Amino acid sequence: MQALTTRSKVASNKKMTFVEKLYIPAILGGLRITLNHFFKKKVTIQYPEQKREFAPVFRGQHVLKRDENGAERCTACGLCAVACPAEAITMTAAERKPGEESLYREEKYASVYEINMLRCIFCGLCEEACPKEAIFLTDRIVDTEYVRQNLVFGKDKLVEPINNRIDVSVRETKETREFKTHPGYAHNKLYTKPSKA
Amino acid sequence: MGISLFILYKVILVVAVFAISLVIAMYSTYAERKVAAFMQDRLGPNRAGPFGILQPLADGVKMFMKEEIIPQVSNKFLFILGPSIAMFTSCITGAVIPWGTSLHIAGHDFTLQVTDINIGILYVMAITSIGVYGIMIGGWASNNKYSLLGALRASSQMISYEVAMGLAIIALVMTTGTLSLRDIAAQQTGWHWNLFYQPLGFIIFLICAFAETNRTPFDLPESDSELIGGYHTEYSSMKLGFYLFAEYINMFISSAIISTLYFGGYNMPFIGRLGLSHNLEAILGIVFLFAKIFFFIFFFMWVRWTVPRFRFDQLMNLGWKILIPLSIFNVAITGFIILMFHR
Amino acid sequence: MTVYLFAILGFFAILSALMVVLTKNPIHSILYLVLTFFAIAGEYVLLNAQFLAIVNIIVYAGAIMVLFLFVVMLLNLNEETEPHKSVLRKLIAVIAAGLLLVVLVGSLKGADNMSIKPFSQNTGLIENLGKVLFNDFLLPFEVSAVLFLAAMVGAVMLGKKDIK
Repeated sequence: MQALTTRSKVASNKKMTFVEKLYIPAILGGLRITLNHFFKKKVTIQYPEQKREFAPVFRGQHVLKRDENGAERCTACGLCAVACPAEAITMTAAERKPGEESLYREEKYASVYEINMLRCIFCGLCEEACPKEAIFLTDRIVDTEYVRQNLVFGKDKLVEPINNRIDVSVRETKETREFKTHPGYAHNKLYTKPSKA
Repeated sequence: MGISLFILYKVILVVAVFAISLVIAMYSTYAERKVAAFMQDRLGPNRAGPFGILQPLADGVKMFMKEEIIPQVSNKFLFILGPSIAMFTSCITGAVIPWGTSLHIAGHDFTLQVTDINIGILYVMAITSIGVYGIMIGGWASNNKYSLLGALRASSQMISYEVAMGLAIIALVMTTGTLSLRDIAAQQTGWHWNLFYQPLGFIIFLICAFAETNRTPFDLPESDSELIGGYHTEYSSMKLGFYLFAEYINMFISSAIISTLYFGGYNMPFIGRLGLSHNLEAILGIVFLFAKIFFFIFFFMWVRWTVPRFRFDQLMNLGWKILIPLSIFNVAITGFIILMFHR
Repeated sequence: MTVYLFAILGFFAILSALMVVLTKNPIHSILYLVLTFFAIAGEYVLLNAQFLAIVNIIVYAGAIMVLFLFVVMLLNLNEETEPHKSVLRKLIAVIAAGLLLVVLVGSLKGADNMSIKPFSQNTGLIENLGKVLFNDFLLPFEVSAVLFLAAMVGAVMLGKKDIK
């Protein structure tokens, strides 16, 4: 079998020599190692002041995007809820009233949109399923709470503030857009051939 | 020296020794966590105050504030007596340790030792052997099988290692010719440290000191992974604090005893040649003694974070089949050398 | 003051010795016995025999009683498991203890006219004790050493599993 590390040793039951039986040289060797570590650079990251840099594919708390005019993009189609493997997403759809055009982009919108952060596994399938570019996972970390109910995030926490937009350009790349609209992929086929359905 | 001055001086000395033991034990908990962290490439507690220096205070406040739980099925009196004995025995050992030579103030000679009984070493041995009762009574009174197992382990371990420790001390006493810790410390001026006369005895004593203080690799009485918490499983609040505190005081006291017996106590080579005044020399002696003590406390922690725990049969084998024969051999060879070369 | 201390310690010694017999719980008995040893050690200190006091604590309180405690804890003896003793056994015990008392009183009566050496401050110190032990009482000392050796060998014999 191939060794997994360069430092692996084959165990053996050979009789120990007298010097080995004294154990003191071995203990001194161990003490030397721990003392070396005593003076080594520490790897601790002091969290609130000092943050580790996230990978570009990091998936944290969700955001519901608005379009350029500040209207919510979500149309409550429910594809994200269907895609969600943890069944963390629920929503209630509502019809847009006249005069609400600046609030909601399309005629249908989500009056209630809830993600249970305790159930969510941050897989990102909702983001992949969304046809309207409305939901994205960001690099924000979900805060801890003392009460479970507070971790069911509603629209107040999910929709991005109108004057404090959240940048998702890291996740909304050309490749992802192409992936979403590419006719060859299975998840787009339903849309290309609606007559069959 | 008048009787009232004498009493005042002794009271000050006793309070000072007591306070220093407690403060050092308190900061040993902090040092332990820092040393553990540094040896594992971490930073350790650093939030309470600069470098986490107030952490022991925070821990103490936490200990006092915690709910006090006395199990219904336990023997209440003994349950409270256990930690009290543990704390008491670890605190009174400091009485015989010579912390320095003496101070000349206003024509009086103040010895820096609470009491110089002529059997100081035996006193220390007696107190450590009484210390087992704290653990045994507490473990039994908890009425919990893990506590009982921890208590049984502690007592058998401490009895086993006391024998080897006593034999190591006998060899030391043969070379020094006195049982008084003060005389032993005074003999080791210059480079005449007992370490060089009793190297084997020192190693045996050191190993036994680890076993007597229940420190890793001999921390079987409280091995978390198999006995939950050992003898203090059922304890909470400051009673638990007493047990933990007693362990650290024991560590401090045994470091002090190792320094006094084998490392020259308050002596330091070359200090006599500098021609300093008596008082300055005495104060420097205290500083040196504490430097040695701190080194040994560090050594205790260093070993703890290096060596894994023994299995119980290995512990007994080491104690009875290796250390005791070795210490008897040490006694024999010491006697032989004294007979051949010194008389 | 020494006399008062002596009396108080003696009172405690006798009281706790009585409690050893009177308590039902074996663990409490042992702890009272430890207390008795402490009181006796205190008496030794008052007689200027520090060495004897300390050795009394190390050997009896520190080692033998810990072993007793160890065994009692290991066997989990307590008030409930204490066997009921019949009247006959109690009677036999009383007679045996009475005989012991008679022997003790008889031997102490003979000690009335023994000459007592003048008491000095240094009698109990370890140097003098050692000199007495290795000069005047060398033979009894060595004989008891041999006795202990025999006891140790016997213990090892009992402890060995397979002795042919």
